[in-house]
Amino acid sequence: MADAKVVDARGSFCPGPLMELIKGIRQEPVGTVLEVWSSDRGSAKDIPEWVARAGHEVVGNVEEDGIFKVQVKKMK
Amino acid sequence: MTRVVLLGGGVGGSMVSNQLARQLKSEILRGEVEITVINESEIHVYQPYFLYMAFDQVVPTEAKRPERRVINYLIKLVVGHAERVDREANAVVMGDGTRISYDYLVIATGSRPAPETIPGLVEGGHIFYTEEGALKLRDALADFKGGRIVVTVGVPHKCPVAPVEFTLMVRDWLNSRGMESSEVLYTYPIGRLHSLEPLADWASDVFQERNIDSRTFFNTETVDPDNKTITSLEGETVSYDLLVAIPPHMGQDVIKRSELGDGGNWIPTDRYSLQMAGTDNIYVLGDATNLPISKAGSTAHFEADVVSSNLINRIRGGRGSIRYDGKVFCFIEAGNDEATYIKFDYQHPPKPQAPTEMIHLYKLAFNKMYWLSAAGIL
Repeated sequence: MADAKVVDARGSFCPGPLMELIKGIRQEPVGTVLEVWSSDRGSAKDIPEWVARAGHEVVGNVEEDGIFKVQVKKMK
Repeated sequence: MTRVVLLGGGVGGSMVSNQLARQLKSEILRGEVEITVINESEIHVYQPYFLYMAFDQVVPTEAKRPERRVINYLIKLVVGHAERVDREANAVVMGDGTRISYDYLVIATGSRPAPETIPGLVEGGHIFYTEEGALKLRDALADFKGGRIVVTVGVPHKCPVAPVEFTLMVRDWLNSRGMESSEVLYTYPIGRLHSLEPLADWASDVFQERNIDSRTFFNTETVDPDNKTITSLEGETVSYDLLVAIPPHMGQDVIKRSELGDGGNWIPTDRYSLQMAGTDNIYVLGDATNLPISKAGSTAHFEADVVSSNLINRIRGGRGSIRYDGKVFCFIEAGNDEATYIKFDYQHPPKPQAPTEMIHLYKLAFNKMYWLSAAGIL
């Protein structure tokens, strides 16, 4: 996976990993790659779903030791 | 002498300072410890009352007390504008140039709604996260003649259950005034009605039952006040007659001026020790952190217990090893004079409870008991 700005959302039930990603995307410049860490298996699916709707790009999606790491590039 | 300075006298700052003052009373009286709270205002405001102000159930005076009366008499209170934190000199620099030196700094500056980050929102929408906004919304609701009320939720925001509470309460408010045919539309940034899945499932049923419409994956990007529409970054546009927004929030500007935060002015914080990342003598709590937990008074409450315990321990020669477990507890007003609650931490997801009248009454009682929490007693 590429170098990225880590959004550590492990153990986050509220606001949760996707909301943390949206927060991160809002405050970073276009072109930034953010890597969300989530302990929730659902993140591997719901993050890419939002990313597609919002017009950004998933550039990595792996599981390491029970932590789901999804890399997203801000496109606009 | 050990000097503890608390930047911010809201929930977190008041609780920590009061706990320190009570438990370090002997040290303070002997002149070995000094505790100073720096607060922008001389007034302490109980922010959860803003929701009730919007429905004219509470007036501003009921939400306010002088900060001097909230904090212990052994605490020094400085009311004024903090310009920046000078980390190299271990001092807070005030607007008038005064420097307040510290051995330990506790940052509890909170967050603020930032409606200016969404073009058109200031002109076209209402918010109830400030006193001024809640009162304007109260008047707009009083003048409302029917139509579509849109409640739109931005990221991040404090008090994560307030948008659902407002939505249920405004539906109730419309119905009780003979406006059952008026629409209520709720929009949420992710693919369900709330970030907490059990709460989202519950809200989904209740919204359907109470005739509340919703859109998910909806992040408001612009507001058109002339045509009364909002458009999401996902590309959807909806119209409104009255817009109530929970705008994205930001950390305070003093964090930016001090270069302590990230792009949203949130301070990188260790999730267990609550120390600012890379520092030993700066603690952060409440909304000011960058932690992925709810921005809520209850979060600050549980964090305050950890920060004050560790400070007392360190001042007395310990290492300050107590860890925060991510605990959060929130009441949820459900409308129809019922309420429920949720609690969770880093390891344990929330389990929903059915709303009851008793919890609603307890929530109303807690609104009065809050001042005991701020005093570090409850």
